[in-house]
Amino acid sequence: MGLKANPQGRQAEELEKHLREMLAGQLFAVLSTVGGEQPYANLVGFAASPDLSRIYFATSRSTRKFSNLERNPKASLLVDNRSNRAADLRRAAAATALGEVEELDPSQESEFKELYLAKQPHLEDFVFSPNTARLCLWVKVYYVVSRFQNVFEFKVSA
Amino acid sequence: MSWILPLDEVDPSAEIGGKARVLALLKRKKITVPDALCLPAGTYRFFIGRTGLDQQVFMELGKKDFADMRWEEIWDISLRLRNGFINRPLPEELNDLLGEAVEGFFKGRPVSVRSSALAEDTALTSFAGMHDSFVNLSGTRNILKHIKLVWASLWSDRALLYRRELGLDPFQSAMAVVVQEMVVGRCSGVAFSMNPLKPAQASIEAVYGLNQGLVDGSVEPDHWELSREEGEIIEHLPARRRNALRPGVQGVMDRPLAEKERRRPPLSPPEVMGVYLLSRRLEKIFGRPQDMEWTIVPGETFVLQSRAITTLDQAGGNDERSRYLGWRRNLESLKQLRRSIEEEIIPGLEREAREMAAMDLGRLPDKKLIAEIRRRQEAVGRWVEAYWQDCIPFAHGMRLLGQVYNDHLEPRDPYEFMTLLSGAGLESINRNRRLREMGEMISAEPALAGAIEEERDLDRFEDFVVRVDDFISLYGGAALGGREIGLTRQRVAGLAARFGQGTAAHGPAGLQDKDRLEESFLASFAPDRRAEAEELLEIARASYRLRDDDNIYLGRVEGQLARAMDEGIRRLEASWGPLAGKPGLEEVIEALSSRKPPLVKPGPIAGEGPKPALRPRARQIQGQPAGPGLAVGRARVINRPEDLFDFQNGEVLVCDAIDPNMTFIVPLAAAVVERRGGMLIHGAIIAREHGLPCVTGVPEAASLIKTGDRVTVDGYLGLVTIGSDSLPENK
Repeated sequence: MGLKANPQGRQAEELEKHLREMLAGQLFAVLSTVGGEQPYANLVGFAASPDLSRIYFATSRSTRKFSNLERNPKASLLVDNRSNRAADLRRAAAATALGEVEELDPSQESEFKELYLAKQPHLEDFVFSPNTARLCLWVKVYYVVSRFQNVFEFKVSA
Repeated sequence: MSWILPLDEVDPSAEIGGKARVLALLKRKKITVPDALCLPAGTYRFFIGRTGLDQQVFMELGKKDFADMRWEEIWDISLRLRNGFINRPLPEELNDLLGEAVEGFFKGRPVSVRSSALAEDTALTSFAGMHDSFVNLSGTRNILKHIKLVWASLWSDRALLYRRELGLDPFQSAMAVVVQEMVVGRCSGVAFSMNPLKPAQASIEAVYGLNQGLVDGSVEPDHWELSREEGEIIEHLPARRRNALRPGVQGVMDRPLAEKERRRPPLSPPEVMGVYLLSRRLEKIFGRPQDMEWTIVPGETFVLQSRAITTLDQAGGNDERSRYLGWRRNLESLKQLRRSIEEEIIPGLEREAREMAAMDLGRLPDKKLIAEIRRRQEAVGRWVEAYWQDCIPFAHGMRLLGQVYNDHLEPRDPYEFMTLLSGAGLESINRNRRLREMGEMISAEPALAGAIEEERDLDRFEDFVVRVDDFISLYGGAALGGREIGLTRQRVAGLAARFGQGTAAHGPAGLQDKDRLEESFLASFAPDRRAEAEELLEIARASYRLRDDDNIYLGRVEGQLARAMDEGIRRLEASWGPLAGKPGLEEVIEALSSRKPPLVKPGPIAGEGPKPALRPRARQIQGQPAGPGLAVGRARVINRPEDLFDFQNGEVLVCDAIDPNMTFIVPLAAAVVERRGGMLIHGAIIAREHGLPCVTGVPEAASLIKTGDRVTVDGYLGLVTIGSDSLPENK
């Protein structure tokens, strides 16, 4: 799938750059799942596919997020690059991905291994442990925020 | 680290800025300098960190790339930050400590509070005059307030623009302050130990009274040139000595000179030599030629500050820096600009547009038409130049009022002063009132409303038609983007009918407070300064009104050029059939004279590129709050004159840059959104006059927002949200 940069001008371009950098550079993101009526957030180590349509992560099958996802696959994932300083108001960006989570299809295993372990090599034992579920968030849309209040939506083409 | 310490205890290698460092070194070398306290940059950092101003700075300057901001936007940011500094009290422990230090050291003597920014006056840059300094202040509270104002001037528009010019990172800057004993000299001046333009010479300038008069240009100085080799005066250029700045109760006053002083230069030849030798001594101490400010009290010469001469053309006065300083025009030059605009530019524009309008272009042979297009092009060029030279600088009148108002009254809303300017009788408001009156006629007469709706002939509604024709003859000649707006009876009537249906516009907000605010503004001046305040208010009102009006008049002349061009295009189409696009001026002239078809550049062809993996859409874009209020509505993007007549009641007006010649649709709008930024630009002024929410400085507004998008305009925060999950629509 080819990506056409800058279809709309500079802000879209700037925000897409932030999105790509964060997905490539950040190790962890906040995953939100839904349990009944209660949203539930955790940190997860992740890796994204080059076309940004898939975000891989892993969790133990005995966790609450896993059981939430079994009942309701809808999830949201927040990745950001804040540094916890006032300058974040100018420099930091954040992206919220919305989509549905599925366990990996066997055909995805090699991509998972390649992408995920390249980024999180220290988690190898964890992700291939028998009780660990390897998961994929199929992203429908990203909302990317920069400069505190600039917000762009990026729909992911199927 | 100490928050405040005497000059002789300062470590010159500490973060105290260039000015303080020089004074501390001079003091060590036993050169006479005024007694002073110094606040290192750390004190500034503590203040902005503790009060959260550091976050405000990041937010204000982070909204878009600094390089993309227009100076109007930078001025607005600067105004808001300055108000942030004024409104945030010093943390208690800092307030107590500074207060005790100032009282204990100066014991009630008046002081000057001077900036000493860290980046200031290094070998490569000169920040001379970029940051504020305040002279002759008394009272601890007042002195502490002015320390905050000096800190705030780190973010003045002048300083921000100058740093941008030099490619310096504004976020790296910090400000130290010098609180200096006030030395009331008999005369003062500057000395260049080496004239940057004539390196074999030194220059000295002197005025009676305080140095500020020379530095800000309000007092003409006597000038001496000296030979550096011989150490002799080689030339004296006397001034027309008329006035001097003297200390008032607080601050300085412009006073006429006594007859004796008018006749005698401020310095005797031996005194000139004394100042020169002192500047050479400083040159020796610092190892570089110096630009030294000095003042003389009987028997003693004080060095007020000194810095290395940074550039060879520093005295040339034609660099960017002097342009920025030029915005700080004082009241006198504003008055001159006003005279020129009201007595020459506007009457001239009116006369020229009228004379052009009277010409029957259809009867001119091609050759004469070409000459007429050229003549009009030249006229537009001439008027645009006058516009830049006088009208744009005159806009500073509003800003000057804003700054003075905020300093005196410390309002929470940095734009409160705008209330004093609203309702100043703008030409565009008069025009819109005519539309509203026609609208009322339509509502009152169903037969007329029906005829307009069905686009029937309107001749039998004589009163109405007279008004419509009047309107067209007054405003119909205006141009927009080089094209005539194209007012016809039907279009004006259709527009007026929409005015008759009632609109969101209601007149400027806060108008009921206007008298009260004006009274408290004037009362904030000492009785001997009230006249000056009234004058400033008067100038600011004229500046506000003319900022809009001058464009309307300029638009009429531009409209006449467009009319001549349209006549040329009409002839070309008569010979060659409909053209594929609109040819430019040179193409029209070339085609008319060569009798060949014109070259028309084809418009861009929408290509079928590969389908992108990510499809972006703006969801929320931010600009600057330029008119308070909240509105939701359908967007109408104005790209061409025709779009104006499609505008429906309650739509949100979105455009790249609002031209006063298109603001007749503003009263129909629910809100105004503009790519061009600033609080004092036409779009903002007219939105404010109609009490509509307005956001300006929204990057790519006219391309990211599409006609028909549902948008929420937050004029309090300067946000535009696009899409359906917004607030319920107004009405």
